[in-house]
Amino acid sequence: MSDTKQAVSYTEYHPRWYRTRVSTWWWLSRWPYLKFILREISSVFIAWFVVLLLLQIRALSRGPLAYAAFEHWLQNPLILLLNLSALFFVTFHAVTWFNLTPRAMVVRFRGKRVADRVIVGTNYAAWAAVSLVLAWVLLRS
Amino acid sequence: MAALVIPVHLFLLGLAFPVGWIAAPGYEYLHALVRSPLTRTYLFALCFLSLFHWAHRFRYTLYDGLQIKHLNEVIFTGCYGGAICGTAVAGYLLWNFR
Repeated sequence: MSDTKQAVSYTEYHPRWYRTRVSTWWWLSRWPYLKFILREISSVFIAWFVVLLLLQIRALSRGPLAYAAFEHWLQNPLILLLNLSALFFVTFHAVTWFNLTPRAMVVRFRGKRVADRVIVGTNYAAWAAVSLVLAWVLLRS
Repeated sequence: MAALVIPVHLFLLGLAFPVGWIAAPGYEYLHALVRSPLTRTYLFALCFLSLFHWAHRFRYTLYDGLQIKHLNEVIFTGCYGGAICGTAVAGYLLWNFR
C-alpha cells in the first residue's frame, strides 16, 4: 500500500462551515433587494383586504344600520390611509407579477415561442377585463 | 388570482366609495348580491386563496428578510394557522348569511 494514500475515517461531528454572517438588514443595502422585500411585504396588505371584506360581509348580514356604521368607519382618515397604502402595495405586486410572467411561463404556439410582450400584454388585458366586469357587477344597481 | 381581482375590489371598497368618487351601491343591492350562491362561492374562494397566498409569502418574508429560520415552527403555525382560522371565519359568515 502506498504511503501517500490517506486513511478514510469518519469524525463524530461535522466540522463547522465557514459562512460569513449576513446582516438582518441586508435588504436595505441595495434598491433591488429593498424592492424585493417591499414586494413580499405586499402579502400583508392582501391579508388586510380579506379582513376588510369579512367585516363588510358581517356588516351586511347584520342589517342596514350596521352597514351604515361600517361605511362610516371606512371614511376614517386612518383607514383611508391604510387602504391607500394597501392599494399601492397590491398594485405594485400585480404589475411586477405581470411583468415577470414571460420568465415564469414559456408559451409555445405552432412550435414557436410566443413573444414576451404578447404574454405580458395578454395578462394586462385580462386584468383590465376582470376589473371592468367586477366594477360593472358592483355598480349596476 | 390576487393580482387580477384584489386591486379593483380595494380601489372601490377602500377608496372610491368612502371618498365619494363613485356612488356606492346601496345596502339592498349588495345584500341581494352576497345572498346569491355564486357570489358566496366567489367570495369564499377569494378569501381562501388570498389568505393562503399571504401565509405562504409572509412565511418566506420572515425567513429571508429577518433570517429567523430557527423559529420555523412558530412562524409556520402562525401563518398557516391564521390562514385556516380566517378561512373558517369566511366560511361561517358566508354559510350563515341571511
